Amino acid sequence: MARRMTGNGNGNGNGHRATPAERLAEVGEKVRGSQAWASIFRPGSIFRKGYTDSPRNRSYVVMNSLIYHLHPVKVKRHAVKVSYTLCLGGLSFFLFLLLTVTGIFLMFFYRPTTAQAWNDIQTLETSITFGLLVRNMHRWAAHLMVLSVFLHMSRVFYHGAYKPPREFNWVIGVILLTLTLLLSFTGYLLPWDQLALWAVTVGTNMMGYTPVFGSQVRFVLLGGVEIGGETLLRWYVLHVLMLPFVIVIFMAIHFWRVRKDGGISGPL
Amino acid sequence: MTEVPEHLLKRSAERRAALGAPPAGGGAAPAAGGEATADDGSKIPAGLLARTGGGGGAAATPATTGAAATAAAATAVATAPAPVAKGPEGHTQRLLTVVKAGSIQDVKATPTDKVHTWPHLLIGEFIACLACSAFLLVFSAMVNAPFLAAANFNFTPNPSKAPWYFLGLQELLTMFHPMVAGVTIPGIGIFALMLAPYIDKNPSSKPEDRKFAISLFTLFFMFWAVLVIIGTLFRGPGFNFTFPWRDGVFFDL
Repeated sequence: MARRMTGNGNGNGNGHRATPAERLAEVGEKVRGSQAWASIFRPGSIFRKGYTDSPRNRSYVVMNSLIYHLHPVKVKRHAVKVSYTLCLGGLSFFLFLLLTVTGIFLMFFYRPTTAQAWNDIQTLETSITFGLLVRNMHRWAAHLMVLSVFLHMSRVFYHGAYKPPREFNWVIGVILLTLTLLLSFTGYLLPWDQLALWAVTVGTNMMGYTPVFGSQVRFVLLGGVEIGGETLLRWYVLHVLMLPFVIVIFMAIHFWRVRKDGGISGPL
Repeated sequence: MTEVPEHLLKRSAERRAALGAPPAGGGAAPAAGGEATADDGSKIPAGLLARTGGGGGAAATPATTGAAATAAAATAVATAPAPVAKGPEGHTQRLLTVVKAGSIQDVKATPTDKVHTWPHLLIGEFIACLACSAFLLVFSAMVNAPFLAAANFNFTPNPSKAPWYFLGLQELLTMFHPMVAGVTIPGIGIFALMLAPYIDKNPSSKPEDRKFAISLFTLFFMFWAVLVIIGTLFRGPGFNFTFPWRDGVFFDL
C-alpha cells in the first residue's frame, strides 16, 4: 500500500518491481482520480469512493444516483413487503421499458404501408435472428402490461391509497390506464393481418358513435372514411412516437407525485 | 432608550390584581406561586412555578420605579455593574411561559419504522424485474403471437372480435345501442373512476370502514371481468353464445 502510494511508475527508488495487481490498482486509482471520472460520477457517488456496507454508503447509493428520482433514501418497512403492492406499479413501468426496447428492435424491420407491413412481419418471423422471439415478447408484454396496470389500479383502490393527499395521482393513474389501452390498441393494427384489420374495424366503428362529432372522430383516426394505408401510417406514428411521448410525461408526473404525496401509502 | 409605556404597565398591574395575584413585592411571591400550583393542578413542576411567581414579584418591583433604570443599566454596563435581581433560591432567571410539545413543532408521536432503499427495496425490485423478464422470455419462446393471413377487406372473419380489453364493450354492444355501449358507458366509467377520490369522502382506509366502496369497486371489476370472459370464450360465429368446451375458442390474443 505504502509502496503504491509513494513509488508511482518508474520512480521506484527501492528496486521493487510492481506486481501486475499493484499496477492494475494504480491504474484504477488514476482513473478514479481523473477529471473525466469525477465529471461522470457526482461527489459522494459510490463509484468515486468505493462501496463498503455502512448506513452512510447505503444512503449514498440512492442519494448520488438517478435512483434518487424514483426512491427516497429510506422507505417504510411495510413498503418493502412484496405482499403489500405485489410490485404491480413498478412492473407496469418495467414492462413499458421492455416494450420500448423490443419495440425499437421491431422498428428496424417494419414499414407501415399496406403493401409491406404484413410481409415485413413475416420476414421478421421467418428469417431474422430472434425476430419471432422479440415479436412474441412485445406482444405478450403488451397484454401483460394492460393486465398489470388494471391490477395495480385495483390494488390502489382496495388499499384506499387514492385518498387525500393522493387524489390527483389517482386521476393521473386513470389517464395512464387509458393511454396504456390506446397504446395497445394502436399496436394491434400494425401487423396488418386479418386479426388486426377486423379488431380495429370493430373498435373504430364504436368510436364512430360518439355523439355530435362521431364521424369526424372516426375520420381523423382512420385518416379517411375506411381503414387503409393512411390509417396504418397514422396508428404507427401514434403507437411508436406520440402516445409513448405522452405516456412518459404522465408517468413522470405520476412517479413524482408518489414521492411528493408521502411515498407509498400506509398499511391498512 | 426603550421604555415600557405607562398604559401597558397600568394594564398589567390591573390584570394582576384581577387575577388575585399578590401586589408588587417579592416577599409574598413564593407562597403565592405555591398556591397557584395547587389550584390549577397542571403538570408544571412546582419549583418552576415558584420561580415564576418570585420572578414576577421581583420584576414587578422595578416595573413601577425601575423600568427605566434596568434599560439604562443595559446601556451603561461599562460604568456600573447591572443590578442583579435575584429571585427565591437565588435564581436569576424566571419562567416566562411553558410551551407544550406539539404546539409549535410537529412532534411525531411514533417514529415510522424505515429501512434503507438500498439494498432492501432495490433488490426486491431487481428480482421482480428479473422474474418478469424470465417469465416473458420463456413464455415467448413457447407460445407464438398470433399472425393470421394478410389483411383482406373482402373477407370478414366470423366472428370479428376486438382486443380482449374491449370485449366487454363489444359484449355490451349486443345489448345496447352502439352509442350507449361504445361511448356513453365507457365514457362515464372512465370519468367516474377519475372522480372516485373526490366522491369517496370517507377518510378511513381500513377495509372494515369502507364496505360500500369496496363492494362497489368489486362489483364494477367483476362486471367487466365477466363481460370480457364471456366475450372472449363464450362467443362464437355471429357473436352468438357458445361453450368453449363444445365448439372451441373463437379468439386470438
